This record gives sequence, structure tokens and C-alpha cells, in this order.
Amino acid sequence: MEQPFRLKAGGRIDRTRPLRFVFDGKGYSGYAGDTLASALIANGVHLVGRSFKYHRPRGILSAGAEEPNALVQLGLEPRLVPNARATQVDLIHGLEADPVNCWPNVRRDVLAGLGLAAPLMPAGFYYKTFLASRHLWRHVFEPLIRRAAGWGRVPEDPDPDVYTHRHLHRDVVVVGAGPAGLAAALAAARTGARVALIDEGTEPGGSLLGQTRTLDGHPADQWVAEGREELSHLPEVLVLTRTTAAGLYDDGTTVVAEERLTDHLTSHGGHGPRARLWWLTSKTVILATGAHERPIVFPENDRPGIMLASAARTYALRYGALPGKRMVLFTTNSAAYESAIDLQSRGLRVEAIVDARPDPSGPHVDMAEALGIHIHKGCAVTATDGRHHLESVEIMLLSPDLRTVQAPRKLIECDLLCVSGGWSPVAHLYRHAGGQVEWNAEVRGFTPVPGPGLPRVVGSAAGTHALSQALERALTAGAEAAREAGFGDGSASSAPRVTETDALDGMDLWRVSDQPGDGGRAIGRPGHLSFVDLQNDATAADIDQAHREGLTNVEHMKRYTLTGFGTDQGKTSQVNGAVILARAVGEGPEAARLTAQRPPYTPITFGTLAGRRVGGLLDTVRETALQDIHRDLGKNGGAVFEPVGQWLRPRFYPKAGETMDRAVARECRAARQEAGLLDASTLGKIDAQGPDVVEFLERIYATPVASLPIGKVRYGLVCKDDGMLVDDGTLARLEETHFHLTTTTGNAAWTLNWMEEWLQTEWPDLRVRLTSVTEQWAVLALSGPKAREILAPLAPGMDLSVEAFPFMTWRAGAVAGIPARVFRVSFTGELSFEINVPWRYGPALWKALLAKGAPLGLTPHGTETMHVLRAEKGFILVGQETDGSVTPRDLGLGGMLKTKRDFIGKRGMARSDLQRPDRKVLVGLRTDDPAQVLPEGSPIVEAMSSARPLPMLGHVTSSYLSPMVGRVIALALVKGGRERLGQTLQVPLEDGDLAKVTVVEPVFWDPEGKRRDG
Amino acid sequence: MRHSFFSLIRNALGHHREWPPLWRDPDPKAAYDVIIIGGGGHGLATAYYLAKEQGLGRIAVVEKGWIGGGNSARNTTIVRSNYLWDASAHLYEHSLRIWEGLSRELNFNVMFSQRGVLNLAHSLHDVRDAHRRIRANDLNGIDAEWLDPTKLASYCPLLDISPEARYPILGATLQRRGGTARHDAVVWGFARAADRLGVDILQHCEVTGIPREGGKVTGVETTRGVIKAPKVAIVAAGHAGTLAAMAGFRLPLVSHPLQALVSEPMKPLLDCVVMSNAVHVYVSQSDKGELVIGAGIDPYAGYAQKGSFSIITEQMGALVSLFPRFSRLRMMRSWGGIVDTAPDASPIIGKSPVEGLYLNCGWGTGGFKATPGSGQVFAQTIARDAPHPLVVPFTLDRFTTGALVDEHGAAGVAH
Ligand SMILES: Cc1cc2nc3c(=O)[nH]c(=O)nc-3n(C[C@H](O)[C@H](O)[C@H](O)COP(=O)(O)OP(=O)(O)OC[C@H]3O[C@@H](n4cnc5c(N)ncnc54)[C@H](O)[C@@H]3O)c2cc1C
Repeated sequence: MEQPFRLKAGGRIDRTRPLRFVFDGKGYSGYAGDTLASALIANGVHLVGRSFKYHRPRGILSAGAEEPNALVQLGLEPRLVPNARATQVDLIHGLEADPVNCWPNVRRDVLAGLGLAAPLMPAGFYYKTFLASRHLWRHVFEPLIRRAAGWGRVPEDPDPDVYTHRHLHRDVVVVGAGPAGLAAALAAARTGARVALIDEGTEPGGSLLGQTRTLDGHPADQWVAEGREELSHLPEVLVLTRTTAAGLYDDGTTVVAEERLTDHLTSHGGHGPRARLWWLTSKTVILATGAHERPIVFPENDRPGIMLASAARTYALRYGALPGKRMVLFTTNSAAYESAIDLQSRGLRVEAIVDARPDPSGPHVDMAEALGIHIHKGCAVTATDGRHHLESVEIMLLSPDLRTVQAPRKLIECDLLCVSGGWSPVAHLYRHAGGQVEWNAEVRGFTPVPGPGLPRVVGSAAGTHALSQALERALTAGAEAAREAGFGDGSASSAPRVTETDALDGMDLWRVSDQPGDGGRAIGRPGHLSFVDLQNDATAADIDQAHREGLTNVEHMKRYTLTGFGTDQGKTSQVNGAVILARAVGEGPEAARLTAQRPPYTPITFGTLAGRRVGGLLDTVRETALQDIHRDLGKNGGAVFEPVGQWLRPRFYPKAGETMDRAVARECRAARQEAGLLDASTLGKIDAQGPDVVEFLERIYATPVASLPIGKVRYGLVCKDDGMLVDDGTLARLEETHFHLTTTTGNAAWTLNWMEEWLQTEWPDLRVRLTSVTEQWAVLALSGPKAREILAPLAPGMDLSVEAFPFMTWRAGAVAGIPARVFRVSFTGELSFEINVPWRYGPALWKALLAKGAPLGLTPHGTETMHVLRAEKGFILVGQETDGSVTPRDLGLGGMLKTKRDFIGKRGMARSDLQRPDRKVLVGLRTDDPAQVLPEGSPIVEAMSSARPLPMLGHVTSSYLSPMVGRVIALALVKGGRERLGQTLQVPLEDGDLAKVTVVEPVFWDPEGKRRDG
Repeated sequence: MRHSFFSLIRNALGHHREWPPLWRDPDPKAAYDVIIIGGGGHGLATAYYLAKEQGLGRIAVVEKGWIGGGNSARNTTIVRSNYLWDASAHLYEHSLRIWEGLSRELNFNVMFSQRGVLNLAHSLHDVRDAHRRIRANDLNGIDAEWLDPTKLASYCPLLDISPEARYPILGATLQRRGGTARHDAVVWGFARAADRLGVDILQHCEVTGIPREGGKVTGVETTRGVIKAPKVAIVAAGHAGTLAAMAGFRLPLVSHPLQALVSEPMKPLLDCVVMSNAVHVYVSQSDKGELVIGAGIDPYAGYAQKGSFSIITEQMGALVSLFPRFSRLRMMRSWGGIVDTAPDASPIIGKSPVEGLYLNCGWGTGGFKATPGSGQVFAQTIARDAPHPLVVPFTLDRFTTGALVDEHGAAGVAH
């Protein structure tokens, strides 16, 4: 029979839309509006998974986010979803789901026997054994433990879906759209405030969905529908369903929430993003997150068929699915009677109510008795039976101190045990924001302690049980929150009249012993475990043991027993665990402390968290204005690019069939013999101006600034306060109080931040403005003996002669008809012009230069050639010759440092270690073998040996085959390197070989500097 | 009671009712020979080695909350020794060697798992630095290998090594002896072993003042009263600066939030540690099946054990880019610690300006791996009132001399 446990009528499911699905390899049907869990229940499927440690059979405990047991692997590749909670999976046609942590299937799990070994696997057993050998641990025991542990499998294929993020500002954000949340949102929205109301469920209504209550004389559903209708007409109101608030960040101002967009539509991926991560930043936040029913800890409380009382009712009333035929209710409070009564009226037979209270009374108790339900007062369930599904429960009389039980035992046959140990307000987000909770004896749960700057909490999340009161307070909270945000006067309309349920007149029953007269220290019958955390198989005995072993702090107990460490983050176990521990110490629940609440509320996929910023979009790719030209050049696929920071820079431009070495050799020769052209647009550029700019730059740069005349350019060094070089570049004085600065490509952002940090936090009195102009100026470096000859016809208005335009000066003028700033600086040692034009004119300039220059041998080159050329000259590259431990003096640049004026790094440099004569300094290396390129980073030693550690003298920073020098050149940092000039040292190579090198001056080309003027 | 498989069986027969406390819960005595402030891994290890190797009798560890509640129980547990600079390499390698026998030494399984640590290289610059580091490691006697993309693909098949990636992976360094350990077990194991040697572990005992007389420390003022001692050690990670202030001096440390997170437990999928500096994320899988994931610090200073959400979303972008198959796994839990970072990203160990007061701090984002080694050399430093040879480069006066051990540059992610 199809769906044998489905009621003929009732529930918020659509019986006209049957859906087929597969669970554990078997086909079933359900209806639109079902969750996977409700559909399974309608089909009488209760065994849905195996537990973590002992592989015990487990069923569906809850109907929501708190579910510890029903984890499933959903869907098919490539859209496989591991560890989904069946209670929150919307049923769709064709859904495929599998239980996790069992093999070959959930009924016949090969590890099912592990439970028998439970006595050998108490809390933390793995800390006490497997000690003999680290190799045995690594290769035998650890793999065994790892294989047994873990839930789902990782998908085989990359995720085909996309995810997005959205940031939104609101006046009031309300989390939870149950009666309290809905009321709060209505009250706030009526003032005209911008409100967001979010709920993890498929529709607003929360606990009112599928209830028998009335509000203002109408069914609860109707009140919900009217509220939704009203909200939909109010401007500036955003209602998000299937949206779970994951965390409260930034001092409680930002609600981060995950909205699931397509999971409920198809199993093969929707159009558009699968999920959206909301960052809702608001002036006020109202939490109406409800409460979770608490299980009771009693022996064998984990069988399929044992369910929270409210969940059983939800399945029957909201989904029209009966979770059994014959039930027993085990409760500590009257509120749960409603479940029994409602279930009985839906055709389930209530065999008994086992009430821990010796003397329960009240309307619901009367009603149950009137219905002929037998109530066992002052009793508790002490054992359960049934292999894959509950078959019977055993009950006994509780002794007055509740710590033991008294004979006789009574067996009751049933297939459903509903449990209610009270309610735990959901205060996760409150605690993310720094709020505290404390034991509230009236509510019998931990409720938020109000505090300044903390969100408002309403409804059962605040411990308000009575619906009328919850609605009233929520309306007030909504109106007040709106007023705080600047809307309305804080007054709210009155709450609807409601039919009340019984008061929360429960009692505390934290743990049931199954042994008469054992003083509460019951070991229990062999194999009878009382579970606190169903997901992690943490038992009350484990907590006892933790206590015995001195782990009496709740955080220690959590870590030792794993209570609350599961994917449910202990929603049903945290309070029980904390109180059981407190009682072991000899205290009551008021002394119990809850473990820290860590975001997210329910797990969020990595994909959602990453949003669009994955794969190719992980980081911006920055391109110069000439990128298309670089790609085209040579027509053989264009340049070979190299990532440099966020940029992609041409590394070299191979001609057809050319290797990198040959291309670079050709480019180098051209640059030295005719002319080379480099796209240097990626250099960081900062426009610095303001009355105090000179003072500011003097403090920032280790090199002099004030003496630089307008029209001139100077090389500049930036050090950190420890005296180490961090960046280099040029300073050009444009006007008295206006400079154009350049930085290295890789450090551009860092350097600007560094300057801004000093300016804003240390020297706010200085009147200086810094503007990044990196992407305002395209820069082409034209360099080589023919540079002047190529440029002259393009810049007729500019006198390029050495006398009129000397080295280290700059001129403004037109180049190829484009307004330009031309800097006579050189990173190659050749005559060189760095031509800056507005970004978009970069390509035009490039073409004009090549049109004039190509006939003269002008050859574009990339970063590799640039590196060779500068190394030939002994020019350093920050990040290659430096690593944060190198001073300007170490690099032979000491002569450029200011001697009188103060600057960042001056004191740092004055320290004794930075004055040591045997510091590592920059030198050149001449390899014995002229063709032996030294791998960069290789260590340098006096003499190689097998001794370890072997002292190192330094390392090779750069090494290239230099076509012009005709051999390999290398730069290195070597201890006391200047004193070692002429010495022979060794560079051990990876293959065990040795390269012999001689320490030489670090300049290999044109040491006199004759070529820079052309 | 010694832990072993047999003791487990014996106790199973007794229904696990005979296990003694892992450590006692004593009341503070009036005076001790040495007081360690901070019941993290480093503080407890120091106490253990003081008692075991330095023969000191009366030792107390004072902890303001629960032991391990600081960074020790919040870190991502990566253990490796492949640091660039000699001073660091020697210190961390000393520690790694102790790790290799630690479970047996402590008679407590710290689950040290030498599953190998990969540091990915994404640019020519990374490759150069990686090469420099493994060559230096080699000469320092530390195992280090370079895996090119092909070898890497077979070592860690889940990685996306396609050249089209935004930051393509050009190879990785591998330290096979590196791995992970169970952080709580390290704390508990040291606490238990120290307690057995007579060390008093005083929890919920916050130091509120550090009294001195004539430039010498005389003990500590705590929420459980004044406790006297001629020698006091600050081993308080993120709070080291506030404790130094109590003793009247400043430390060159800034405390930042550092976050980490775990996925839901999964069946085994990743059997090594993967770290990437360039895209900034690192990941391993715990024995429970969770992927343990971390990234960089929050840029601002702070003492709250929580950070910004944007850091998490960025690191997940990086992770999913490296491991496209991870996209549908879920973040289960996230948290933050407070890391004490020195300007050169290296620790400060040794004497302080106050006589009798010693420092062990500045471990920042990467001190878990040093726990046993640091404890051992620090214990000797305290006992002899002179720095152990391995910590000479890490004394506070390096900031005066300028002899920094700057591990920012080439050390990969500093964890
Ligand atoms: C998210 C994160 C990830 C990390 N990942 C790694 C990693 O992968 N590998 C690695 O090697 N390292 C890692 N680290 C760093 C590592 O955790 C720390 O360096 C190391 O644990 C420090 O140990 P500790 O004992 O010095 O400090 P802690 O464990 O923080 O102990 C200090 C103790 O001092 C106590 N204390 C402070 N003030 C007082 C007071 N006034 N009185 C009494 N007690 C006080 C604190 O409560 C605390 O328990 C990470 C850190 C974080 C936060």
C-alpha cells in the first residue's frame, strides 16, 4: 500500500501532486509540501540512519533544524549533497536519498556490532590506548578510526551550481516568522520602517502551522495568512523563507543568512543561483527563533520510533502523516499532552501517558483522562525494546528524589514513544552577539539575559510560553525597534485573543536510572545506554566518567564526550548535558553553564559562503590597457603571461617555435643593441600633494626628498620601522607641493596603505592627499641605444638631448600627439624614457612607437627580459633580493640614505645587529661553469659536507643566462660578502651536485654607467 | 593509573567507575618555587618539564578559565618544522622530534599524525621562495621535498592543478614528517603528566597583578588570592601584553583575532595538510572526519574571541577554488582565538626586564607545533635563569639589537 501512514485528509500537503522518491534504494511516494522526513513517516519508514560511534539504528527524532539523527546523502552526481537533514529537505519529484554511515545499507550495516564493544569505547578511549608506536597509530589505528568516523561522502564532481551574496541595509530585521516574529515584523513594518523577516521554513507561521488553536476566533492559519497578506502590501518589507539566519556578526548588527533558492524546485539544478547569502545589516534586530523541545535522557532512548512529542504532532497535523499506530507519551509537563490528544484524534491509539510528575493536573490532564487515556503518574520509561523499530517500553515508578526507580516494571507495547522533557529557548544568535543566557526556573530552560546593545528576543525564544503574551510582547518589541530606528512612536496595536494552552507547569527530570536504589550512580543494565547526544553517541555515563576524570568544566566535558559537537551542534543535547554534568558535581541546573554557541546556526555549504568568488572569479584579474595587444603579438598565441600580484604581465613574446630562452635572448639583445619596449603600466603610481607633502615624504622615504627640484626625479627607498627595505620606486617633483611617486608592481597597494596608515593614524596633522593613479597612466618604457632616435620624431616639441633632458628628470609634452609625461629613468642601464600617457591612449602610443621603432629594431619584451637586464646591472628587485630582512646598506644602497633627517626605519637601522660587519650583503656570483644557471633560492656554503645542520652563508637571489655578458650571471646575499670578493664558495644543487662560484661585484654590464645617456 | 589497552579492559569490567581524575583540583598554596601564568599547552608543557627535567619541586600553573581554553584548544593543529631561518628551523625541529615520541612520553594519545604538510606555490615568486626554503631545510637536517604539479596530483588528487586556475598551482613543498595532532589531548596529556609530578593546576584563577619588590617579582595576585613565588612565567598568548603591563613593561606584540572553522564530519577524503599562502587558506581532515580550515588574521587588534565573517567567505572562496569538489560540504562550526603577533612573526622566549619574571609568548598564529619543544627549552631557561641555546635568538632584546627572525617573507602561511 502506498503511504500506509498517511491520513486521508488534513495537513499542508498537496494531495493532488504526488511525488516519487527513492530512499536507501527503494522507491516511495509522497506529496508536494512534504519534507523527506514526513514522506518517510507516511511510508512507515523509521530506520533512517546509524549512529556515529556504535552504529546503532536511529530514527527521526524531530521535525526541524534540531534533528540529530536523520542525516542523508541527497541527490546524484554532480549535485550530490552530503549530510542533509531529512527533516528540512523539501520533497521533490525524483529525489534520491541514502542513509549515511552504514554499509551496505541501513538495515544490514556491517558495523552494527560495534555497539557490543561499547564498554571498551567509553568517552575518550582513544586517548588511553594506541600509545605503543607512532607508526602503528599513523598506519593502522588512525586509518581505522577515520574510516569508522564521518558521515557522508564528498561529491566526485565539481559543483555545477553558482551561489551569490547580497548585502542589504534594513531598519529592523526579524529572525523567525512564527507567531512572535510575524507580530513583531507587522508592528515594525506598519511604521514604514524597512523590515526584513526571515524564516528557515518553507512558509511563515512557525509553530502555528498545522495547529488546532484559534486567534480572534479564527483558525491560526488564517491569522498567519492575513499577516502575510498585510506584509506583502507594505512597502519596504522583505520576507524571506527557506532562509536560515546563520550568525549574528559585527556587534549584533549584521545577520548573515542563507537562502536556499532552487533545492525545492528540481533535483537537476535550477536556473540562477542555488543559494544566496544575505548580509542584512540593520539598526535593530529582533530574535523570534522559538524553542526546541528537549528529549529526556533514559536508558535506550535512541530507538527508531522515539520522537519528540511536538514533532510527532507536527507530522500528523502539518503533514498528515502518522508516526505510528500505538503510542506512549513520556513527559514532564502538561504542554505535551496536547500532542497525545491531537494524535489520538487523528487515529493514533495512545496506550499510555507516562508522566514523571507524581500529581499532574490541569485542563489537558483532565481532557486526556476524559478521553480514556491511562496516565501513569510519577513514572518514567526505563527501557525500550525493538530491533530496528520500537516495539515496547518498560516503565517504573520514580522514587521521590527522582534519582532511582522502584519496581514493579511494566511493559507497554507501542511503536511510537513521544518524549517531552521541556523546552529550550533558541538563543544561538543572541549568544553570537555576546548575549548571556541563564537558567530560568519558571521556564525550565536557559533564557536570554537582556543587556545593552543586544538584540530584542521575543516569543518562546525569550521563554514566553503563553501565546497571547508572546504576541503582545512581540508587537511591542516590533514597534519599539522601529521607533529606535526612527519610525513610529513605539505604540503597537493590541494582540489577538487566543485559546491558551496549559501553562508550562513541568518538572525537571534530567536523567532516568533503570536500577532501583542505586543512589543515582546507576551503571545501568548491560548494554543499556542513556544517550545525551544522539548524533555523537555521548551517553550520561560518559558525562559521569568525564566528571570522574576531573573534566568538570562544561567545555572540557563537551570536548571529552563530544556532547554537542555534531552537525546539530547539540540543539537537543546541550542543556541536558550541561545539567547532567552540574548534577554530577552536586549542583542544580541553575549552576549549569552552557558551552559557547558557535556560528553557524545550521551548517552552510562552502559554495554559498564562497559566493561568486571562486575559480576564475576568485580574484580580480587586472589588465593593462595593452592586454589585447600583448595577446595578439606574434600571432602565435601572443605573449606568455606571468601572474604578478593581481596582474597578468607578459613574461616574454615567443616567435613561432621559439623557446623561452631563445625569445628572452633575442629580446635582451634587442634592448641592449637597438631598443626594447616594455609595458610598465602595472607599476604602482601615487599622486601626492598638499602643503605638507614634502614633510610627509621625508618621513616616509629613507632617501632625501626636500632637495629635489621641480622637474627632477629621484630614486627612493621605503623602509619599515625595523629598518628593512620594503619598497623602492621613484619620486618626481611636479610642482612645489605635488609629487608623482612610483612603487613596485607587487607592493603598490601595500605601499599606499602603509602611507595612509601613517598619515591617518600617526600624523593626521599633515595636510597631504594621496591618490592611486596606477590605472590613470599607461607607462611604456622605451630603452636602448636607439631610444632617442625612435622617440624624437614622435615628440617634436620635446628636446631630447642629454643637455636639455638629462638623466633623472621629467618633461611634459606631446608624444605621438598624446599629452604625456616622460621620465628619464632607467631600469636597464640603457638610455631610457618612461612615457606616461592617459591609460586609454596606451595602445595608440605602443603602436606609434613600434611603427617608428620596428624598422630600427625596436622589440617588445616582457618581465623575464626586464629581470635579466636589471640583474646585469645589479639592480635589485624588491621581493627577490629582499625578504624583509635586508636593509638598504646590505644592498649597497647605504650611500643614498639620509644622514640627518629623521625617517621611518632610521632608528631601526641604528641598532647593533643592523650594523654588524658580517651581515648578508648583495654580491654577484660568477659560476665556474659559464652555462650553469643556479636555481634561485639555492643556499651558499663554504664547503659542502654531510654534516647537519650545515651553516649557510646565504643564498642565490637571481640567476640568468646573460646573452650580452655571454655567460651565467647571478646575484646573491652572502654573509660578509664584501670581504669575500674573489673567494670561491659552493652552491649545493638538488641533484647532489655542487656548483662552484666566485664572489664578484654585483654589476655585470657597463659598470661605469656610460650607456644611460645613449 | 597508567593508560593502556589493558587498563581500558580492566576499567570496562568496572564500568569505568575507577578512572582517577586526569589532574587534581587543588587549592592554591601560599607559595611555590615557580608560577606559570597560563594553562595553555605551552604553560602546561613548561610545568611538566620543570618538574620532570629541572627537578623543581613546587610548581603551579594558574589559569583564568579552563585549561586549554585559549588558543591551544582553538587552533588548527598543524605541526611542521620546515621554517626558513636557522633559528626557527632548529627550534621547531627540536619540537617535532619530541612530538614523535610524545604520546608514549605522556602516556596519553595526542594523536600525532604525520600525514605530511604541503605548502602550495602559485607564482614564480612562490616557487623561488619554496625552493629556497626546502634547500635551507635540507642543510638544517629537516625533511623537505618539492612536488611538481604531476607528483602533486598523485599525492593529493583532490587539488585542482589546472593551469587555467586563477592562481595556478605550480608545485608544492612537502614535509612528510609534518602533520596534525589532537589539541585537547596535548593540553590534557601535559596537564595529567605534570599533575602526576606534583604540579598544581589551578583553574579559574586569574592573575590580576604581578607584585614586585626592588625590581624582583614576588609572586602573583589572583582572583583566588596572592600566591608567592620567586619565579613567575608569563605564558598567556593573546593576553601576554596585558600581563606584561601588570609587571610594568610593554611588549612588542599586537593581539589579533584569528578564526578557524570545521566542516561536517565526512568519510576520509584528505590525507594530508594543504596550505596556500597566495590564495590564503589551509585545510586538513581530523580523525573525526571534519575538514579543519583556517586562513589569515583579522587586520584589526582585539581581545574578543571572534572575528569578521568576510574573512570566512574569502577563505572559502580560496578553498573551493583549490578543491572544487568541496563546494557542497558545509561549514559546521566556526570560532576565533586571540593571537599575539610580534613584528617578525617569531616568538619571544626568555627573561623579561623584571628579575625572576620570564616570557614565553608571541607564538601568534603558529605556536601549537612548538608546544613540547617550547615547554622543554623554556623550563631550562627558567630553572637556570639563562636562555637555553635554542632560544637565544628569540629573546626580547632582539628588538633592541635588531636581530629579528623575520618569518613573514618566505615561511609560507605562518601556522
Ligand atoms: C584559529 C587558530 C589557528 C591556529 N592554527 C595553528 C596551527 O595550525 N599550528 C600551530 O602551530 N599553531 C596554530 N595556532 C597558534 C597556536 O594555537 C598558539 O600559538 C598556541 O596554542 C599557543 O599556546 P599557549 O599555551 O601559548 O597559549 P594559550 O593556549 O592561548 O594559553 C594561554 C592561556 O593563558 C590564560 N591566561 C591569559 N591571561 C591570564 C591571566 N591574567 N591569568 C591567568 N591565566 C591567563 C588563557 O586563559 C589561556 O588559557 C592557531 C591559533 C588560532 C587562534
